[in-house]
Amino acid sequence: MAAKSNLKNMVLCLFGTCLFCSAILGGVYALTKEPIEQTNAKLLQDAVGQVLLRNADNSGIKEGTEIMEAPDLIEVDGKSYSYFVQVENGTPVAYAIKSTVVGFGGPLTLMVGISADRKLVLNTSVLAHSETPGLGAKCTTDEKFMGQWNGLQLEKTKLEVQKPVKDGIDAITASTITSKAYTQAVANALAAFDTIAKQEVEND
Amino acid sequence: MTKFGLITKGLVKDNPTFVLLLGMCPTLATTTSAMNGLSMGLATLFVLVLSNMAISALAPAVPDKVHIPVYIVVIATFVTVLQFLMQAFVPDIYATLGLFIPLIVVNCIVLGRAEAFANKNSVIDSALDGLGVGIGFTCSLTVLGAVREILGSLSVFGWKIPGTGDGMLAFVMAPGAFLCLGYLMVLFNKFLAKK
Repeated sequence: MAAKSNLKNMVLCLFGTCLFCSAILGGVYALTKEPIEQTNAKLLQDAVGQVLLRNADNSGIKEGTEIMEAPDLIEVDGKSYSYFVQVENGTPVAYAIKSTVVGFGGPLTLMVGISADRKLVLNTSVLAHSETPGLGAKCTTDEKFMGQWNGLQLEKTKLEVQKPVKDGIDAITASTITSKAYTQAVANALAAFDTIAKQEVEND
Repeated sequence: MTKFGLITKGLVKDNPTFVLLLGMCPTLATTTSAMNGLSMGLATLFVLVLSNMAISALAPAVPDKVHIPVYIVVIATFVTVLQFLMQAFVPDIYATLGLFIPLIVVNCIVLGRAEAFANKNSVIDSALDGLGVGIGFTCSLTVLGAVREILGSLSVFGWKIPGTGDGMLAFVMAPGAFLCLGYLMVLFNKFLAKK
């Protein structure tokens, strides 16, 4: 059974346990640091690849193009956005913009692909969300909702959730708030895109 | 008690979910589908076995007045190790379970087994006890998750039953969790009483 307590052994025991546990944690952290970074980088890359121009048979990003991460963040209305540029023969053809809004259950982070001529939303991909399972969380699985963003024509479609749908976005059943947040995230990405485009014109 | 008895005890007679009603928070919150329940159960099992072993080895040397802080530090260490491993190798599951992984630190089952069993028994017996209770918890969560998934989204382990619609959404949300848990508890205890 447990030892009798006195100040000395209590202090020693707590100190020893904490020291030992910290050592273990330090070791495991060092071992898993690289795999964790690799996993996160791969998730981001996959998302970027998903939303940019792809081969006609959907087998990967379009051949002959290169993806580059933009060195600077873009600031619009106090929010900052990181983005990637897809370049073909030295001209940008598409942009992938990371956009975060507040959803129903917390932050909702999307990667939004926009063509350089500002005509199409190429596709969207959810990077992180905390929406209700079975309801808002369907924004990552619902084919009907997700399909709308694949090649969405910005000239013909309004970026707003409509009921009934006329020329806007159809919401996920019973998840209007999530759908609205998702649409807002795309609209924000588009605003960020406009700022990027403006900057590039000024730099030229 | 036999070694085998140590394992089966946690599965049936001392089932943490349906009999002892411990760890209700993760039980209700993470069982939105069978897969989520299973993952949460396995994560808890991992921490339970290791912390039980470590605590039973440490217990004789720990002064009585500081035993709770020492146990919590040990448990928190294993949970953090688990977090690192999950982030590195199963990021999808880690993203789904989110906050509930770090919250294993304060799961009543883990500290409960440390207090009630591990600090008085040998390392091997404690490991078996942790294994038994962990498997019991995993099975309960998987069953509860499966029932909620079938009723709520008409699918089994993520496989959608063909030709079906949306299911009863209430079962995926919090009220459905309470309802299912209650009925499963009734069934479980009726079955136990008959034996």
